[in-house]
Amino acid sequence: MKEPLLDIQELSVEFPTRRGLLKALDRVSLSLAPGEVLGVVGESGAGKSLTGAAVIGLLPPPGRISGGQILLQGERIDNLPPERMRRIRGRRIGAIFQDPLTALNPLYSVGRQLVETMQTHLRLPDGETRRRAIDWLQRVGIPAAEQRIDAYPHEFSGGMRQRVVIALALCAEPRLVIADEPTTALDVSIQAQVIEVLKGLTREHGTAVMLITHDMGVIAETADRVAVMYAGRVIEVGPVREIVQTPSHPYTVGLMGSIPSLETRVERLRQIDGAMPRLNAIPPGCPFNPRCPNVFERCRVERPELMPALATQAACWLYDAASLPAASPVPSAHA
Amino acid sequence: MPDAGGALQPAGEPVLEAIGVSRLFDVSRPWLQRVLSGGRRQTLRAVDEASFAIPRGTTFSLVGESGCGKSTVARLAVGLYPPSGGDIRFEGRPLRTALAEPKLRRRMNMIFQDPYASLNPRWRVRDIVAEPIRAFGILKSAGQIRDRVGQLLNQVGLAMSDGDRYPHEFSGGQRQRVSIARALSSEPDFLVCDEPTSALDVSVQAQILNLMKDLQQRLQLTYLFISHNLAVVRHVSDQLGVMYLGRIVEYGPGEEIFRAPRHPYTRLLLEAIPDLKVTGSRRTPVAGEVPSPIAPPPGCPFHPRCPLANARCSAEKPGYTRDGAVLVACHAVEEGRSTP
Repeated sequence: MKEPLLDIQELSVEFPTRRGLLKALDRVSLSLAPGEVLGVVGESGAGKSLTGAAVIGLLPPPGRISGGQILLQGERIDNLPPERMRRIRGRRIGAIFQDPLTALNPLYSVGRQLVETMQTHLRLPDGETRRRAIDWLQRVGIPAAEQRIDAYPHEFSGGMRQRVVIALALCAEPRLVIADEPTTALDVSIQAQVIEVLKGLTREHGTAVMLITHDMGVIAETADRVAVMYAGRVIEVGPVREIVQTPSHPYTVGLMGSIPSLETRVERLRQIDGAMPRLNAIPPGCPFNPRCPNVFERCRVERPELMPALATQAACWLYDAASLPAASPVPSAHA
Repeated sequence: MPDAGGALQPAGEPVLEAIGVSRLFDVSRPWLQRVLSGGRRQTLRAVDEASFAIPRGTTFSLVGESGCGKSTVARLAVGLYPPSGGDIRFEGRPLRTALAEPKLRRRMNMIFQDPYASLNPRWRVRDIVAEPIRAFGILKSAGQIRDRVGQLLNQVGLAMSDGDRYPHEFSGGQRQRVSIARALSSEPDFLVCDEPTSALDVSVQAQILNLMKDLQQRLQLTYLFISHNLAVVRHVSDQLGVMYLGRIVEYGPGEEIFRAPRHPYTRLLLEAIPDLKVTGSRRTPVAGEVPSPIAPPPGCPFHPRCPLANARCSAEKPGYTRDGAVLVACHAVEEGRSTP
């Protein structure tokens, strides 16, 4: 395997609060190869956005990295002084956030924002940056880019704004883009357009993407690999087809089953009873054990690490030969 | 034109019927500014001659992108807005007279999208759930009300002791359960659900959708279900209306529309959805965006984005064409130019 572009090793993030430390990320390990699209899925509060924020060095205070490390092209970036991190952000790691209106400065024209980004990171002559800004607007599919370059963010619709944000994230030609819910704020017909633009441009430039979303549909058609997060941990990781069609972890199985399908109509959706534990009440052992249909004794005491499971890697004792009780049922996604 | 209601409606009197309902909003600038800078009055046609009928015990869904007018229909259906034109009937009586009678008024209720904004943060859950009971004077004694609230909380999968807590102590899914308990407390048989699960995670969404289905069967509820999520709509609907720029462009049994969508907009919408089965495949994105409803395009509102549009589409507003059990507002379907 090629050297990973991004390597997150045993990353832990904690939030000191008055009532004690909250562990928001608990030994999260992920890696991205150059040009790869890694989907990160999970429910609200699972830690997927926090993982992205840690990589770009923008953890919301008072959050802090309490363990592990993040390597970008072999170089540690989790402990850099803010000034050095700022030069990496934008130049080597681009970011796309959910709400395009807050990601753009309302007081500057979109052209100026693009030009400024390129001047900061690429050291190009003045005329060249403007020409490139127009070029980028065209590539993300903004009609009449030459006229629109001097327009302000409020003059664009939601879908067009998100295209501008994509142009802004890609214009310094970073090797990695963190896209946190890039299509969640958009209508379905616009979502498809934006995903198409993001996919096309990142493939063209060989940019790796960490795509954070709760929309499994978007993941299914965009990502190469998927990491499933639950209660601050990665509980399953594998190729997208296997995660969607033959997931191993009982949580992933339940998650896939709970998505209503366009193809078939079922009387009742499969549901996982209960809710994800709060950060101050994560149970010992496997964090999913109180809701798990396949739970057994070991799950309540010992934390499982990622191990080879059906066609993926899952953090679940069901797949550890040593712990397997005689007749333990292996979950099936299409039961 | 609006023959949608009568002709399509299955046996049994509909609970709610809309006949050519329109709703306009005045979005003009203030009078003084208009006088000074010579602007004119502007109206936004949020709902344009919508007709549908919802039979008892079934679910009618309206689906469409933001700004298509589906939430306005929800508000019209419970009388939060008066219609600007057309007629809404609740159990055969004009909605306005039905609303004036508490006996009928309490038989419809609403579940909102955002469970964080729709519950009063300073009230205990038991008071939130009891409010409609008190407002309609359904039960008088405190003991009866307490028992009824406990029963309602159990019905939606919460414990009676949860009544002592405040909304902030609950997760999004649990709060939506509280909203449902509150909506059920006036013993309604018609519920308007405006995007009830779109603020929730998928696994929680599955819990709430299952709960709503169970309650519908047990209590013979009739739902008007508003959503932008076609997969959710497919799961819950008996009848379905697809809205675009204030118009219902396709209307009929949900299964039939999903099996063979007729209107080009419905087809494009269905194609635009990322599906779990099609890993890595390319979709055909709908080109363009929804035009402003203040200045909708002439003729068929969808013609600027429609692959089948011709000169007639940009000049003449299409009426409804019947195709099997489905009504479609499209010239191309009427002329047989579209091959499904």
